[in-house]
Amino acid sequence: MTEPWRSLVVIVGVLAIALLVIMAQVWLERRIIARWQDRRGPNRVGPFGLLQLIADVIKLFTKEDWTPPFADRPVFVLAPAVVMTAGMMSFAVIPFAPTIGIVDLNIGLLFFLAMSSMGVYSVVLGGWASNSKYSLLGGMRAAAQMLSYEVFMGLSLAGVVALAGSFSLRDIVEAQRHGWFIVPQALGFVVFLIAGIAETHRLPFDLPEAESELVAGYHTEYSSMKFGMFFVGEYVGIALVSAMITTLFLGGWLGPWLPPLAWFGIKTFFFMCFFYLMRGSLPRPRYDQLMAYGWKLMLPLAMLNLLVTGAFLAAR
Amino acid sequence: MEPTPSQTLPVRDALARRFGDAAFVAQETRDSVITLWVAAEQARDVLRFVKQEIPQPFAMLYDLTAIDERTRTRRDGQPASDFTVVYHLLSFERNEDLRLKVALSGEPPKLRTITDLWPSANWYEREAWDMFGITFEGHPHLRRILMPPTWTGHPLRKDHPARATELGPFSLPDDKWMAEEEALRFKPEEWGFATGSGGEDYLFLNLGPQHLGTHGLLRLVLQIDGEEVVNAAPDIGFHHRGAEKMAERQTWHTYIPYTDRIDYLGGAMNNLSYVLAVEKLAGIEAPDRAKVVRVMIAELFRLASHLIFFGTLAQDIGSLSPLFYTFNDRERIFGIIEAICGGRMHPSWFRIGGVAHDLPRGWDGLVRDFLAYLPPRLKDYDKIVMRNAVFKKRTQGIGEFTRDEAIDWGVTGPGLRATGMAWDFRKRRPYSGYELFEFDVPTATRGDCYDRAVVRVAEMRQSLRIIEQCVRNMPAGPYISDHPLATPPRKERTLQDIETLITHFLSVSWGPVIPAGEAHVGIEASKGDHGYYLISDGGALAYRCRIRTPSFAHVQMLPLLCKGMMVSDVLAILGSMDYVLADIDR
Repeated sequence: MTEPWRSLVVIVGVLAIALLVIMAQVWLERRIIARWQDRRGPNRVGPFGLLQLIADVIKLFTKEDWTPPFADRPVFVLAPAVVMTAGMMSFAVIPFAPTIGIVDLNIGLLFFLAMSSMGVYSVVLGGWASNSKYSLLGGMRAAAQMLSYEVFMGLSLAGVVALAGSFSLRDIVEAQRHGWFIVPQALGFVVFLIAGIAETHRLPFDLPEAESELVAGYHTEYSSMKFGMFFVGEYVGIALVSAMITTLFLGGWLGPWLPPLAWFGIKTFFFMCFFYLMRGSLPRPRYDQLMAYGWKLMLPLAMLNLLVTGAFLAAR
Repeated sequence: MEPTPSQTLPVRDALARRFGDAAFVAQETRDSVITLWVAAEQARDVLRFVKQEIPQPFAMLYDLTAIDERTRTRRDGQPASDFTVVYHLLSFERNEDLRLKVALSGEPPKLRTITDLWPSANWYEREAWDMFGITFEGHPHLRRILMPPTWTGHPLRKDHPARATELGPFSLPDDKWMAEEEALRFKPEEWGFATGSGGEDYLFLNLGPQHLGTHGLLRLVLQIDGEEVVNAAPDIGFHHRGAEKMAERQTWHTYIPYTDRIDYLGGAMNNLSYVLAVEKLAGIEAPDRAKVVRVMIAELFRLASHLIFFGTLAQDIGSLSPLFYTFNDRERIFGIIEAICGGRMHPSWFRIGGVAHDLPRGWDGLVRDFLAYLPPRLKDYDKIVMRNAVFKKRTQGIGEFTRDEAIDWGVTGPGLRATGMAWDFRKRRPYSGYELFEFDVPTATRGDCYDRAVVRVAEMRQSLRIIEQCVRNMPAGPYISDHPLATPPRKERTLQDIETLITHFLSVSWGPVIPAGEAHVGIEASKGDHGYYLISDGGALAYRCRIRTPSFAHVQMLPLLCKGMMVSDVLAILGSMDYVLADIDR
């Protein structure tokens, strides 16, 4: 197979699998959380309710695609597309296995951070363009929350970069051949995990949508597939952050006996379930508490981590 | 704070000493609450005197309502009056009530406001204006509260139609529709709210009537500056069904199902205050077995209601799972209720003089199973909710009120106990045999959202204790009184001769004729003190049925609690107040 053809196959394959995983995630989350909450979850459409998601997608596609007359139309339409695109783009740099991966950028990590910053725009613009009070409050919260958590998200990864000596995700995985970074970078791992949850605005950091307070926050006015894209964007985010944690701290595809792709899948799956567990168990902090937590605790911790890592490297 | 009535001057004497004996006309009532008529000009002074000046004052305005006396026939010795305003006061130190009545005539009937004496009088006076057209002079904001702002007429007046069929066909042309919509628009100036400060506009956020966090059709207009709440205005009435008006066209017996739906999470517990009040009017004493069954059912419903409170509060804070757990527990309670009563949420199972049926075979096994099932679950909830650090951070120090504020605003029930006041009507004024049960009255100290949850969780354990005692000591005997006014009438006595047959026929078709008189009974319902003030004119229907609900008073104080808080705190406060919209609007 010639090189362009091969790339095309990989791109289409990764996109298809990513979408499939995302769809499976929705079903999985609903089933798992239902189990934890003494319920059954979707179990009517297809075997084990597996086709529920197909039904939901059909429903979303056939619903009235309503743009409120008071909304800022172009931005309103653009916002949900941005979140999904930015999320999917990030998958380009993820090394799934030694030979599988769309592109190996030498600044792969920075590319991921850049794309996740793009996601913030989507939420903020969606909240702003809706021109409704609840959306605005949600957008405002999103702007504050995601911008501040972005700061130490980047900082928490600096230690990993310093140890691996590269921004390329492939190099970072290779650098973990003799020990996963979760051990020397335990602090960085915890900070990144928390920042990752905040970045995907999932419970307990779902303040931008906070359905018991702001109805649906920034996407209150969205319906049909525009809402669907925000929804998919959220699950893309979960898969992405889980994949990044696996790559950066848990040695990516590395592992004995099983094929590399399986290892990558298992580790990523574990963290996705962790996301569901968080949603099933924790209440939501208040907006100002969240900010204080970020700036007064997480940021110093991330800095401390970088400082210690730097001192360690300098001493070596 | 033990009641020591013997050491103090009876209120009647204190009033006579201050205002002279001629200033008052005493009225006999069936509930032995001291009832005094006072002239309209003197009412405010008397109220101030009993609130502020006498020792062991009547600190709480328990209720304020009115009676349209124009068609009442049996008024035996009461002063002439077209409309009577009734102040129902409560003294915690004396453990005594005082009912002051003011006769009004003329159109519109007028009276000075007492909002400066009791802040809680605000909504009560608005309601009396809305329902009876009584103008309270000096009231800061006398506008409709339960009826829509576009309504004409005052529904609880006797000349206002009660049924839709009396009103002619309903139509909603576009212009009327638009006018209704326009009337709902929030105009900050009307509520005395500033639209901005220092050149910046405030945002007015319409929280409800359709909102996930308000637990029903409550509208709360928030004046916010960023995310900080500057002021709040609760707007109620969206759930108003005219329960008090309905009582005036239902027989004493057929009104029972309506009472279930007042606090719709309290189910048969609502029946209790109603049937107790009717029994007081009729002079019926329920047999022991009925009393204990009532207590057991009421406590099961208290558990059901508190479980919902617990789950929804957690959900308002953002925790999704506890709601499902508590709903499952509640489902088990409903399993028992269904086995005993046949119904679930609204079994309408209490009857005048007893309960509808005897307990079914095997009931005790069901209840015992539940008594074994719930305590470990409650322990789990302590772990996942009450001891959760985020939950504590979101609720501790939020929505605090002091004991004095609580009394001033008419707060009863767990909200009052969370401020450190061990006041429980089951202990202080035992009804339905509560004096025979061993249980504690849990209290807390700070009076914040967290403490309100603490008190309710502790109360659930006490309820289990009470239910356990019911199971152990269920008395044998009849489940309904054999008093001739008890409903439904006993079948055994019919078909003996024509007299008994006629009596039976009449009391089934018309319902019992309850002797003329007035009685009030308040019980410790799950959300606070829930009371019925019934007036019989010697007929088969109530002449006036006043429902005093706890939620009405609790929601009124929301602005006080919300000021200076964040939007998220407002939802925590709403969750912790544990109101039910049907209980507010009736």
